[in-house]
Amino acid sequence: MSQRFADKFSELSLKHEGAFVPFVTLCDPDYETSLSILKTLVESGADALELGFPFSDPCADGPVIQKANKRALSSGARTADFFHLIGQIRQLYPTLPISILVYSNVVVARGIDKFYADAQAVGLDAVLIPDVPFNMLSTQDDFCACARRHEVNVVLICPPNASDHTIRSISGITQGYTYMLSRFGITGTDYSFGQPVEVIKKLKEYGAAPSLLGFGISTPEDAKIAMQTGVAGIIAGSACEKIIERQLENKTALLSELSAYVKAMKAATRLS
Amino acid sequence: MTQLNPFFGKYGGQYVPEVLVPALDELEQAFIDARNDPEFKQELSCLLNKYAGRPTPLTLCRNLTRGTKTKIYLKREDLLHGGAHKTNQVIGQALLAKRMGKTRIIAETGAGQHGVATALICALLGFKCTIYMGAVDTERQKPNVFRMRLMGAEVKPVTVGASTLKEACNEALRDYAANFEHTHYMIGTAAGPHPFPTIVREFQKIIGEEIHQQILEENGRLPDACIACVGGGSNAIGMFTDFLETKVPLYGVEPAGLGINTPKNGATLRNGQQGIFFGAYSYNLQTEDGQINESYSISAGLDFPSVGPQHAYLKDSGRVSYVSATDDEALEAFVLLSQQEGIIPAMESSHALAYAIRMMREHPDKEQVLVVNLSGRGDKDIFNVSNILEQRGVSTADGFHLDRLKLSY
Repeated sequence: MSQRFADKFSELSLKHEGAFVPFVTLCDPDYETSLSILKTLVESGADALELGFPFSDPCADGPVIQKANKRALSSGARTADFFHLIGQIRQLYPTLPISILVYSNVVVARGIDKFYADAQAVGLDAVLIPDVPFNMLSTQDDFCACARRHEVNVVLICPPNASDHTIRSISGITQGYTYMLSRFGITGTDYSFGQPVEVIKKLKEYGAAPSLLGFGISTPEDAKIAMQTGVAGIIAGSACEKIIERQLENKTALLSELSAYVKAMKAATRLS
Repeated sequence: MTQLNPFFGKYGGQYVPEVLVPALDELEQAFIDARNDPEFKQELSCLLNKYAGRPTPLTLCRNLTRGTKTKIYLKREDLLHGGAHKTNQVIGQALLAKRMGKTRIIAETGAGQHGVATALICALLGFKCTIYMGAVDTERQKPNVFRMRLMGAEVKPVTVGASTLKEACNEALRDYAANFEHTHYMIGTAAGPHPFPTIVREFQKIIGEEIHQQILEENGRLPDACIACVGGGSNAIGMFTDFLETKVPLYGVEPAGLGINTPKNGATLRNGQQGIFFGAYSYNLQTEDGQINESYSISAGLDFPSVGPQHAYLKDSGRVSYVSATDDEALEAFVLLSQQEGIIPAMESSHALAYAIRMMREHPDKEQVLVVNLSGRGDKDIFNVSNILEQRGVSTADGFHLDRLKLSY
């Protein structure tokens, strides 16, 4: 089973740092630019990457990430290209924890077992499927069994309204990290983020993989406040995608702005 | 785990973000409780009968079948308050929303019929109402947009993607994920995540129950076919449910658009692949990679790249035959029923009628009794159809030239 996320959390914990995990969409706006973006994120200090696997109908995402998905698919990139890009990043950064967020139909269309086999082959550590709740994970299409067979971490989302039973179940399944949803709704920076400290405490108590807080975290100030909820790190997606959207015409500015953003966010996760 | 089985064979399920599961559990519980509550049942049937106008008649066509031995009966859901079968199930869902203490209802709509039904029940029962509708559909279904606004609903045009029903569904799901604590998502068809396909079927099956009784009274025996159009599939499942245990042949008619073998169609069961979309495992129009394609139909209400999961199951089991009718065949049926019976059918329902007409023409000497679910009335379509018929040279100053429409059979 992939250990890169676990190793990274141990290393950060010794340094009293939280993890900063930027989220961007694979092949947005195209394969080559996306490769440069990913390299910039890592070289500016990202502790891990969570990458969006483009889908035509991202129903858990707000307008910013919807547009990113659309740009990526409009470039003509396909499932094989997304895997190839991940493989290139893996070769460049052998210890970097990498996860993807992928809607279930993309997994099912490739064949669930084949999807996880491909994930393992390119060196992917973890897969998060936002539209498969834990009670559907192993009903008929056994996502969990395929993931384990190919030694890929299954990451689950824990919502702030999770019942005790749900928190326990999620804690028992999720590997690598737990995506702690800060609030209801969809991704985006238009609404502030929530601080579900009780749920975060319970996840720890039930031995869940370390929590990363996401949804609505966009500034270094947000990051500092978010780190006080007791999570192991934070994820920022729409804020990164907004920079990409704004600087589509100017690749140099795009990369330097992203780099400055990652540095500032990373600094904010260093606990004093 | 859910209390009711979320699957139909391998289809269905509850493929939604974890955050929505508590809301769907709450809905399932409310539905289970309501089913056994005499007060709920009484309020539901009171609204169905005295507000919506049930039972709807079963009308025998007088002229359309002349010269053949076919009898065509029309189940007149077009006469239901609101103008379509949609009203049946919004009453049920609105009463569930009331039970759950929700104050706001959201819905997606394609042709606008479900939006209108949602708006009217929200006006009656005092819910705040937001309707998501693709921007292309708000254009081609203008009369319904006004109806919804008139009854107090806020209509939000959705401009992403192809701006039709698929995008409206995504947008409604997003709203639901943010606001489910006080908002009920009134899904308009027998699709989406569990428990929606089951709830919508249970509130629509009254159509088939009435047909069953009426046809025995009128005709003395069961029909030789029940025919309904299939977009998401709520009017079809409503018609079929009471006949599933009989031997009556059942036909679901999908939109073949410009042709069943062209890329411009919406025949999901015939041309789709299995996969997960809109919360359920079913058939979808999609690429090899699982990206959902745009569907196409002249009829906004059938323009949907997925289908309710029970239809997927009934296709595989062979109990229902899923066939199709093209835009042109539906247009011909639309004009013929208007001319010969004085009934303007919805473009959606015109697909079902077109298939009955085809069965009649293919076997003029066969004594056969066909029941068509006339799921809605066509007033909402007249402007759009008028434009199309004029452009095609079918409608001219000297009348209608139906020979200029192309039939696929």
